Amino acid sequence: MSADFRLPSGGRIDRDTRLRFTFNGQSLAGRKGDTLASALLANGLHQVTTSIKYGRPRGIMAAGVEEPNALVQVAEPFSEPMLTATTVELCDGLVADGLVGHGRLDTEPDTARYDAKHAHCDVLVVGAGPAGLAAALTAARAGSRVVLVDDQNEAGGSLLGRDDYLDERSSDAWVCDVIAELAAAPDVLLLDRTTAFGAYQDGFVLALQRRTDDLGFDAPRHVSRHRIWRIRAKQTVIATGAHERPIVFSDNDRPGIMLAGAARTYLHRYGVQVGRRIGVFTTNDSAYHAAIELAEAGMDVPVLIDARHTVPPKLSAECATRGIDVYPGHVVTGTEGQERLTDVHIRSITGGHADTVVCDTLLVSGGWNPAVHLFSQLGGSLRYAPELGAYVPGESLSSARVAGSAAGAIELMACIEQGAEAGRAAVTAAGFRPAAEIPVPFADARADEAAATVLWRVPGSENAEEDTQFVDLQRDVTVSDVTRATGAGLESLEHVKRYTTIGTAHDQGKTSGMLAAAIVAEELGADLADRRPTTFRPPYTSVSFAALGGRDRGELYDPIRVTALHDWHVAHGAEFEDVGQWKRARHYPRQGEDMHAAVLRECRAAREGVALMDGSTLGKIDLQGPDAAELLDMLYTNMMSTLKVGRIRYGVMCGIDGMVIDDGTVIRLADDHFLLTTTTGNAAMVLDWIEEWLQTEWPHLRVFATSVTEHWVTVPLVGPKSRDVLAAVAPDLDVSNDAFGFMTWQDAVLDVADGIPARICRISFSGELAYEINVNAWDGLALWEALINAGEPYGITPYGTETMHVLRAEKGYPIVGQDTDGTVTPQDLGMSWAVSKKKADFIGKRSFSRAENLRPDRKQLVGLVPADPTVLLPEGAHIIESDHLPEPPVRMLGHVTSSYDSAALGRTFALALLRSGRDRIGEKLYAPVDDQLVPVTVTETVLYDKEGARRDG
Amino acid sequence: MPTGNPPAKPGADLPDHPSFLWRNPEPASSYDVVIVGGGGHGLATAYYLAAVHGITNVAVLEKGWLAGGNMARNTTIIRSNYLWDESSGIYEHALKLWEGLEAELDYPILFDQRGVLNLAHSLQDVRDSVRRVNANRLNGIDAEWLEADAVKEICPIINVSPDVRYPVLGATYQPRAGIAKHDYVAWGYASAADRLGVDLIQNCEVTGIETSDGRVTGVNTTRGRIAAGKVALCASGHSSELAAMAGVELPVQSHPLQALVTELLEPVHPTVVMSNAVHVYVSQAHKGELVMGAGIDSYNGYGQRGSFHIIERQMSAALELFPIFARAHLLRTWAGIVDVSPDASPIIGLTPVDGLYLNCGWGTGGFKATPGVGDCFAHTIANDKPHPYNEPFTLERFTTGALVDEHGAAAVAH
Amino acid sequence: MQLIPCPWCGPREEVEFHYGGQAHVSYPADPAALSDEEWARFVFFRDNPRGPFAERWSHTAGCRRWFNAVRDTRSYELHAVYRLDEERPVTT
Ligand SMILES: Cc1cc2nc3c(=O)[nH]c(=O)nc-3n(C[C@H](O)[C@H](O)[C@H](O)COP(=O)(O)OP(=O)(O)OC[C@H]3O[C@@H](n4cnc5c(N)ncnc54)[C@H](O)[C@@H]3O)c2cc1C
Ligand SMILES: [Zn+2]
Repeated sequence: MSADFRLPSGGRIDRDTRLRFTFNGQSLAGRKGDTLASALLANGLHQVTTSIKYGRPRGIMAAGVEEPNALVQVAEPFSEPMLTATTVELCDGLVADGLVGHGRLDTEPDTARYDAKHAHCDVLVVGAGPAGLAAALTAARAGSRVVLVDDQNEAGGSLLGRDDYLDERSSDAWVCDVIAELAAAPDVLLLDRTTAFGAYQDGFVLALQRRTDDLGFDAPRHVSRHRIWRIRAKQTVIATGAHERPIVFSDNDRPGIMLAGAARTYLHRYGVQVGRRIGVFTTNDSAYHAAIELAEAGMDVPVLIDARHTVPPKLSAECATRGIDVYPGHVVTGTEGQERLTDVHIRSITGGHADTVVCDTLLVSGGWNPAVHLFSQLGGSLRYAPELGAYVPGESLSSARVAGSAAGAIELMACIEQGAEAGRAAVTAAGFRPAAEIPVPFADARADEAAATVLWRVPGSENAEEDTQFVDLQRDVTVSDVTRATGAGLESLEHVKRYTTIGTAHDQGKTSGMLAAAIVAEELGADLADRRPTTFRPPYTSVSFAALGGRDRGELYDPIRVTALHDWHVAHGAEFEDVGQWKRARHYPRQGEDMHAAVLRECRAAREGVALMDGSTLGKIDLQGPDAAELLDMLYTNMMSTLKVGRIRYGVMCGIDGMVIDDGTVIRLADDHFLLTTTTGNAAMVLDWIEEWLQTEWPHLRVFATSVTEHWVTVPLVGPKSRDVLAAVAPDLDVSNDAFGFMTWQDAVLDVADGIPARICRISFSGELAYEINVNAWDGLALWEALINAGEPYGITPYGTETMHVLRAEKGYPIVGQDTDGTVTPQDLGMSWAVSKKKADFIGKRSFSRAENLRPDRKQLVGLVPADPTVLLPEGAHIIESDHLPEPPVRMLGHVTSSYDSAALGRTFALALLRSGRDRIGEKLYAPVDDQLVPVTVTETVLYDKEGARRDG
Repeated sequence: MPTGNPPAKPGADLPDHPSFLWRNPEPASSYDVVIVGGGGHGLATAYYLAAVHGITNVAVLEKGWLAGGNMARNTTIIRSNYLWDESSGIYEHALKLWEGLEAELDYPILFDQRGVLNLAHSLQDVRDSVRRVNANRLNGIDAEWLEADAVKEICPIINVSPDVRYPVLGATYQPRAGIAKHDYVAWGYASAADRLGVDLIQNCEVTGIETSDGRVTGVNTTRGRIAAGKVALCASGHSSELAAMAGVELPVQSHPLQALVTELLEPVHPTVVMSNAVHVYVSQAHKGELVMGAGIDSYNGYGQRGSFHIIERQMSAALELFPIFARAHLLRTWAGIVDVSPDASPIIGLTPVDGLYLNCGWGTGGFKATPGVGDCFAHTIANDKPHPYNEPFTLERFTTGALVDEHGAAAVAH
Repeated sequence: MQLIPCPWCGPREEVEFHYGGQAHVSYPADPAALSDEEWARFVFFRDNPRGPFAERWSHTAGCRRWFNAVRDTRSYELHAVYRLDEERPVTT
């Protein structure tokens, strides 16, 4: 049943725009400008859900982000779990349900757009309430770049929920003037519906902007739904206001019990009566205004229960004239009602006569907690202010200041003055000269008449054995849970939090945290001033993963790198593998072929005819300078300085720990000019490595290192017929073995198109006669197609990385990262020949002589051949000694690093890292595979063309 | 108990803690053993010293609140499927202890063997994964290699389609792995140690370590000097500082490591998923929140906070693998200080100072080892000799080169 | 999220930088002359103070130059940045 609780006039909603929505299956209507909470209240609905642990009915308690109860799951227009009704802007067609404890993730993909934007400013002001507006205006008038963010749909902050006058005009007029001036200023960015949720060092503040949620189904698809603002500010003014604090008493959780300030907000901002018959319970003057304003608006306010003995005289008198009975020195001890509050029990604070008041609503005010979250996130220390019963900023930070009720100010004028002052200090610190002081408007809001008292919980509340004095409503944590924790020996608030789960719910303890801290201190007989509050952690309010993921999803998650020949590979049916960020062609299956068949065919072509691959992903680093050779001697284990111009040498790089980190070739272009190649995955690492040594250790070396990976297309042309194919495309080049020997390079102009320049290296990663042809990337496709044409008579075959692996493994060439794992030295790989004995030093050399490296039983790279030539060992299989599987732990001798079926050998084979491997050549060992032991024989690493006769063709 | 309906959802509520946990004694002037650091490792060590070795004149000194360091901040992943024999030894020892821990401590630690998947996204990941699975099995550790469709069966919300940037090619699976509730574990050890007579002393920061003739004699603290026959360091991110007080230098660096949780959600994620290449590790905790670890910040830091771009990156990574998480909300982020060693393996054992024992270098992955460390470290302290399981993890290995390199190609953090 | 003042480019976002650990640790003049302990010290041991720390950074996504900084590892506040060939400045 819903009834109309909307007042005939007032509020900031658009009364002409009626919005239909469905809540808990009930069709209802609200107005544009409503939140889901205000719309529910306008329909007379307080209960939103039931509680997580005890299933108790729970209603709307607040009007903002601090709401502990009114959790909803939104289904339409945009499915989202766990939001608070107080922060969901109403839109036409909204469908939501009260949520009991757990949100539900929709399985439909979220197809909305999300993005992020950077903003840089001199002064960031968080909060467009009176303090924030004054700060922003001051900063803007000084000519600084200002960003002003506010989480509401319009500026004004607390003014939106009050009826104060500024300079004898409605405060709204003042807000409009300030906003108009800010909007007209050249360097001011105003962001509404934008919540600053994280503050980090060096003025970095993150904010979430809800750009289209209020538009509901009309939200344009091309506009990002949420945007993350990454704001860098020289100075930040935190003017985030304060959250009203509840008071703990028995059955303080019933729907209809609400914070007093929230009721004012519902009245002034949304034109909603929160009830018909309203009791008020307070510790301070602010709730008197609520009582008076609600009474003025036509609600029946029979009682105002004030925990103080000394009540504000004028306000009490005003209450009296409106028929509100003020009960000084009284407290609420309990309530009644099921889905809605019906009665409130009151009693003198000193005990004695109790009374019951019939009410459908109880407004509560226990004072105000400054919203110090961002300040605390910045590492600002907090101080307990006993007069407020709350923590306030306890120090000033060099780049952030807090103003207004976030700093503990209570009165409106003080807030505005503090804001202006903070704005002035901020611009000054940012290097500007503040303009003349902004005129601080005169507020009619009255100063407090009577000092507030601090009351956390009503002493001697009812329901002795069945505690319903809730401290954290969302977690269903009561006072006795807290006292049980302190009774268990817990003294730290963090422990109590964990023992009880207080403060861990969706609201992160915005209303409960201070109460918990205080009750714990009371129980321990400790002074709050001596105790530390729990730490405030980002985010201030929850932010969806999608918003934070932004556009960095799918293809944009990580850049995809492709070679200049990529489209050709795609067009010719290549299967790809990811190698680092690169897409590499793995094999080129023909109709009906699986990978195994394709690879055998590709291998055969390379060994028997001619084949080519796209090797462009190979890292290439151009090294120039008079001291380049000296640097290379330090970087590689081999001697590079003796390399002659025109020649090429294979080289190994180690870390300072002596473990292999990369390998490749070095070609000498001139005395002072080299080109290095690296493995595909390590190109960036090797460049970083070179630069680091150059800059940090050997700045005296005159060398420049440049990545030229993408400049070149590199095509290995492999096989006995490769010389013929090369000759066909390079008719001017003498390709004979004598003129163009192994491990040399030549520049040539190819007879391709109008003649394309190429650098041809005679190197071989397959053991076959092979050339590596390098051309400018833009000539790559022309080269590739020319090779395919020229090779046609020989059945030229493109091959992928898989075939490359087989070919190199047949020759025992290791792949860094596959046959090594960061624990393997060049000696372990059988590459002592690549480790210079002559050089006094190179990176890693000293580590070779550590005890562990001298052990005879180190793991060494060997070949393995399974006894059954058709059995393919899985890569990653281990090797053991015994022919039966012992009980675990089984002694492992090593593992299979590479394993293939070889067309050339007509059998399977593998490479393995094996303990004392080279001494075991000829031994029969076993590889446990599933439930079987596969017998294998240890061999040399080189299984194909041991004499190396084929590389010269 | 307040009236109302029973809990709306299973798991809405955690089991109650006992109504008594520990005394809060004043520090005595002298102890046989002083343990510095009241995290999981320190508390477990104290417990096993008392329970197994009968050494009860023990104090655990904690500078803040008990188990408020990394123990309170980790993502609670427990597994033993490490690559090297040395590692599987100690981690599997720990896992076996986990399996009996609830009974041993008489505490509901919520140890839940829901299995852990380590995803592979490249052919090399696959090789490394298979290698690790095979090694694990030969070491007697449950491990399986799963193809992508089998991964999907275990965790239906993972996107195994080939069109993600780095498709899931398969995963290693350890069914006995899982999670536990960190506070419950710490408090279980703490209250059991307290019952056995160990003094748990909070707000007591060790500011100096006293030695005489190369032997430790006591510690200076913010609560006065305390004499000690033996001093055992369990200070995770603060280990360097403490060891330096005794003139011992350590090869560890302290970095911020962040984690985050969402709001409570209905069950969606039945297991634990970890991926190195697409940096994600995530589980759904007992109450229903998704718990996710973020990457480590590159710089040294003792601030217990990290950089936000790490969290943002984490979100994109999570959405790659779990599109369903798009609508989940980040509710809270935090950071711990982790002590990273050069080979991503811990350092546990004796030091050059007599009577001073060292346990550090657990970096991003020491929660899972808690019972194992406690047992082995207590043994080391009691016998002045390493337990066989921690023998490989000496400080000397950095000199000899006998590293246990767990971040080589085949390893996963956490 | 630190804003790091590259000595050459000015203040830039932390994401543009690569961290390089402790500064002022030089490669030994003659590694062969070192004992295993001394060599291990160079390879694996670095200071890890809580407080001001002279450390190396590289502006990898910018000018790609290495520089040194004194940064407080508690507050992450950068007290100074300086070139590799400069002495560690005195900071308060
Ligand atoms: C975000 C994050 C996620 C993680 N995820 C996992 C995971 O999923 N799985 C896993 O296995 N591991 C994980 N870890 C690692 C794990 O948390 C740690 O390795 C482990 O907790 C360290 O042991 P501890 O519990 O004893 O450390 P801590 O709990 O850090 O204990 C050290 C204690 O020493 C105290 N101390 C320090 N200095 C002094 C002093 N001078 N005097 C007195 N006391 C002192 C500290 O206050 C602290 O309480 C994670 C860590 C983090 C930060
Ligand atoms: Zn720069």
